[in-house]
Amino acid sequence: MTVNENVKKLLIIIMALLAAQTAYAQLEIEIISGNPGALPIAIVPFQWQEAGPPPVASVDEIVSGDLYRSGLFKPMDAADMVERPVDEESIRFGTWRLLKVDYIVVGSVRTPTDGIGHELIYQLFDVHTQERLLSQVTTVGPGDLRFGAHRVADAIYEALTGVPGAFSTRIAYITATGLGPDQRYELVVADADGFGPQSVVGSPEPLLSPAWSPDGKKLAYVSFEKGNSAIYMQDVATGSRELISSGRGINGAPSFSPDGRKMALTLSKSGNPEIYVRDMATGRLTQLTQHWAIDTEAVWSPDGRYIYFTSDRGGRPQIYRVAPSGGTPERVTLEGEYNARASIAPDGRRIAVAYGRGNEYRIAVWDIENERFTILTPGVLDESPSFAPNGSMVLYATREGNRGVLSAVSSDGSVRQRLILSAGDVREPAWSPVIR
Amino acid sequence: MKTTWRLTLALMIALALAACQTTPKPEPVEPTPEPEPTPEVETAPAPDPHDFTDSRNFDNPESLLSKRVIYFDFDKSTVRPEYRGIVSAHAAYAAANSSSRITLEGHADERGTREYNLGLAERRGNAVDGLMSAQGARGSQLVVVSYGEERPTCRVSDEDCWSLNRRVEVVYTAR
Repeated sequence: MTVNENVKKLLIIIMALLAAQTAYAQLEIEIISGNPGALPIAIVPFQWQEAGPPPVASVDEIVSGDLYRSGLFKPMDAADMVERPVDEESIRFGTWRLLKVDYIVVGSVRTPTDGIGHELIYQLFDVHTQERLLSQVTTVGPGDLRFGAHRVADAIYEALTGVPGAFSTRIAYITATGLGPDQRYELVVADADGFGPQSVVGSPEPLLSPAWSPDGKKLAYVSFEKGNSAIYMQDVATGSRELISSGRGINGAPSFSPDGRKMALTLSKSGNPEIYVRDMATGRLTQLTQHWAIDTEAVWSPDGRYIYFTSDRGGRPQIYRVAPSGGTPERVTLEGEYNARASIAPDGRRIAVAYGRGNEYRIAVWDIENERFTILTPGVLDESPSFAPNGSMVLYATREGNRGVLSAVSSDGSVRQRLILSAGDVREPAWSPVIR
Repeated sequence: MKTTWRLTLALMIALALAACQTTPKPEPVEPTPEPEPTPEVETAPAPDPHDFTDSRNFDNPESLLSKRVIYFDFDKSTVRPEYRGIVSAHAAYAAANSSSRITLEGHADERGTREYNLGLAERRGNAVDGLMSAQGARGSQLVVVSYGEERPTCRVSDEDCWSLNRRVEVVYTAR
């Protein structure tokens, strides 16, 4: 099985091999369409220098998987490597040139001198110039070897593309399983590669709209557990949670400000949905919009200067923006009959939306400056776009047959991958910020 | 003679009267104590299906009060003319039964985004709420809860199914 075949066909299944992992239904990730211009790279198996046995999923496999899924790299299969150098001295660059590899990574894993956790020592070389592009030691705590591998992938990605990697991040999503009275909703948090899903909330009533705090430690979400929509904020690690809003009418669409001090949310206590801004320290609410239309799905620009939201004040849903301090909203999306639920790229210049036309809904990216749409996905019921924190990919929800699945598409539309739950629906993905 | 005649006449009249009375008398007295047909059915006259203040009409398929779902057009929250009668029936019941409480559950189909659909489904609930209030239901009797697209009755991605999911359900929490 060559990596080339991988790129063309569907593959990469991340498995829950660690027995210690809680057995929540695992997401499978498949590449639907690859990038023919991907860079050939060899991640040579890292030498295991620790006392215990090496882990089942090795560091190099995790790094290769991350880079492959970005669509920008074509990692070599370890089985095809005729040599396995572990440091600069043992690399014979001629061999790798013959294997048509442009970049090579060598490294090892050892126990730090204090005896706690893991140290990943690695170097990245340009095979043609033999130049050393990266030489780093990444230290992680016990049980965080996978996280360490994702950090290595982040660093390689940044060294070769100029853009920080987003592999050591997490995703949150909602699953719905069972039917009728057995219906069950879960809010799940997993690594960005789908590994290690942990249910953080479970309910027989609908859950929706997860939103990360900027430090990646909290999730706000909407729960119908009390018979009506209510907004909660929960600490992901401890599970402790706080009721934010449960007034009459809709309590929905929470979104943290970039500094984490405020939250935009939708309340319909006045009779129709309006955007409010809540001061998280005092709990004080300020009404931001005042219109008979549906105003909802607020999201902050990365610089905090604007709140983008969906409104049908012009007849059909479109994206508008307004300063968090208030003012007259201005329309942002100028084309299309239905544009809703904006996700703002980290550069603040592009917004991904659910772009509806007739019965077809796709993910499209609106270039704010050039006032132009790029349609990224084939449809037909695509929604909930969420930009990766480095802007490289957009995660979104779609339907296959009659079930909900997640997909991710590179922000130029060239690479797509699919994240499938073994049973039931997956929906409403939210990509975490970079966790440092 | 005279007295005999008179007596005979009196007897005959008495007999005739008795005969007249016996015909209707045994009917209610004798066949009534039949135990077979349930007395409820016998004694309760069928409810007038147009009497929307009568709670028995909730289970009477002839009555609009037995219909408790109002369907909507795509991305619309206008109550269509064919559903106004149902709304009026429940408004009349609420107006006549001030202790009744109704939750108007608004729903949307899966197309479009979830939070926008929460707004759309609430707008549908509000449209029904507005009509009922205008027809005598009190504000304290009505609550609108929007479920958006989260509680579909059917899960196929086609118009037949979508049209069933775009709805307001009239749910009595107290009759």
